[in-house]
Amino acid sequence: MSQDLQDLGALIESKQSDAIVGYEVNAMGELVMQVIPAALPKLVEFLRTNRNCKFSSLVDITAVDFPSAAKRFEVVYHFLSMYMNHRIRLKALVAEDEVVPSICEVHPSANWFEREVFDMYGILFSDHPDLRRILTDYGFRGYPLRKDFPTTGYTECRYDEAAKRVVYEPVSLVQEYRQFDFLSPWEGAEYILPGDDKAEGAK
Amino acid sequence: MDGNFNDAKTGEQRIRNFNINFGPQHPAAHGVLRLILELDGEIVDRCDPHIGLLHRGTEKLMESRTYLQNLPYFDRLDYVCPMNQEHAWCLAIEKLTGVEVPRRASLIRVLYCEIGRILNHILNITTQAMDVGALTPPLWGFEQREILMEFYERASGARLHAAYFRPGGVHQDLSQELLDDIMQWTFEFPEIIDDIDGLLTENRIFKQRNVDIAIISEQEALDWGFSGVMVRGSGMAWDLRRAQPYECYDEFDFQIPVGTNGDCYDRYLCRMQEMRESLSIMQQAIKKLEESTGDVLARGKLTPPSRSDMKTSMEALIHHFKLYTEGFHVPEGEVYVAVEAPKGEFGVYLVSDGSNKPYKTKIRAPGFLHLAAMDHICKGHQLADVAAVIGSLDVVFGEIDR
Repeated sequence: MSQDLQDLGALIESKQSDAIVGYEVNAMGELVMQVIPAALPKLVEFLRTNRNCKFSSLVDITAVDFPSAAKRFEVVYHFLSMYMNHRIRLKALVAEDEVVPSICEVHPSANWFEREVFDMYGILFSDHPDLRRILTDYGFRGYPLRKDFPTTGYTECRYDEAAKRVVYEPVSLVQEYRQFDFLSPWEGAEYILPGDDKAEGAK
Repeated sequence: MDGNFNDAKTGEQRIRNFNINFGPQHPAAHGVLRLILELDGEIVDRCDPHIGLLHRGTEKLMESRTYLQNLPYFDRLDYVCPMNQEHAWCLAIEKLTGVEVPRRASLIRVLYCEIGRILNHILNITTQAMDVGALTPPLWGFEQREILMEFYERASGARLHAAYFRPGGVHQDLSQELLDDIMQWTFEFPEIIDDIDGLLTENRIFKQRNVDIAIISEQEALDWGFSGVMVRGSGMAWDLRRAQPYECYDEFDFQIPVGTNGDCYDRYLCRMQEMRESLSIMQQAIKKLEESTGDVLARGKLTPPSRSDMKTSMEALIHHFKLYTEGFHVPEGEVYVAVEAPKGEFGVYLVSDGSNKPYKTKIRAPGFLHLAAMDHICKGHQLADVAAVIGSLDVVFGEIDR
């Protein structure tokens, strides 16, 4: 299986060399391809129509946020071929101010996925027919799945009996949001234990 | 106002399309779905689903919890068949950590996944029948669902949010009495299927409302990324249990029903047949369970030590404490794992950074794609068909909104 995927990766790379940065079959036996964002529509069209690929259906589009990386987001595409029974994963590195071309023309199902990625990460897709927020509230601000967005959010809403409508207010917590960290201090916890900071001065 | 009424005899009236709000609280919307329908007379011109009313930020919450704490979130996605979701999560962790599940646990998982499939199909078939005007099927069907949920309860202690599948196996072993009762039920249930079958399959009203409604061709099913019954109804024998076998599905003997027209009625027939196939898988699983008696958890870093060990061994006690506080670490890497949930391909894309919490989890819900095609499917259908289409798409908002 992994040899087949290796061959498939080599084939795609030879045909679409200008779109692909590199590929590998990872330890889980999955074909993963690093691609150039600008070339995505052409590459996806190739993957869909080529006789050996036949990646007929789009499984998923999502993104991963690495705030410290030069290009912050990794947009991840999954495709499945029901005819050849294989899968592929495409990854495109995207900076915060970069625009990714939409693949709605090739796979209509990408429409909602791209809306979701836009909603959750704020990544813009060019030529998307209808790039609106999808899962969050009407009038929501911010991009919740970015790592710098707090889990509690910024606003909360409640029904106000006096105003007879739903009102939005800044989040106020009766106690601090508890983020327990059980990582063992012997393996990899990257903080100073309370009291440890005094150890230097005490000498 | 529409049009100019002072010359009604000769001048054509200017007619504007009518917009209606379907939902967010509508009994036929199967949850909190808001559809903005643009109607030309009674024909749907445009259908814009507004989702997210049940959005709970599951994926964000999961990033700040340990792998084990995240498991119950999966029950709350598709709350109609909770264990099938847990299965995908467990498989993803097991794949990244390279844990082998004991045989008995594997069989129990198959057994309970098929119970989940029947739970889902009963709900879908009967409520879809209710959407098009039949009241009796839900009453009969829900009685059976209650029995199945009792099997859930006897295995895990909870009727719905079971948290029964754990990374490395299942939480508790099943007693022989429970297995016997499930076996007994698999012989009784076909009668109920026949009853529902008798009520619906040749029912004139049911057929008028479903036959040739929302016909989906093979190409459309691929373009819109459908999976599960939605592609099988359109004639493709695609089932992940067969095509990319996970757990021990490869040793089970079952058929994959496919439709020919790809309309709502064919999808209904597929679901009916799938319930019968699930029963046969359950019977096979119970037979196999009789021979394989053993542990139900792969004892190791991922799973707690046995109770008796904890009473005698200090290391076991420490392990138990660390497992339920710090949790286990998953090696760095990424994986996409998909299972054939009753609604279609349910997938988990898990990115791990080597710590005790997932760096990123993406839940790929089949219903999300099915609902995304709503506009495409509904265009040109009558307003009354919208309810039949939603029923046949089998949407549950827990998994779509996440």
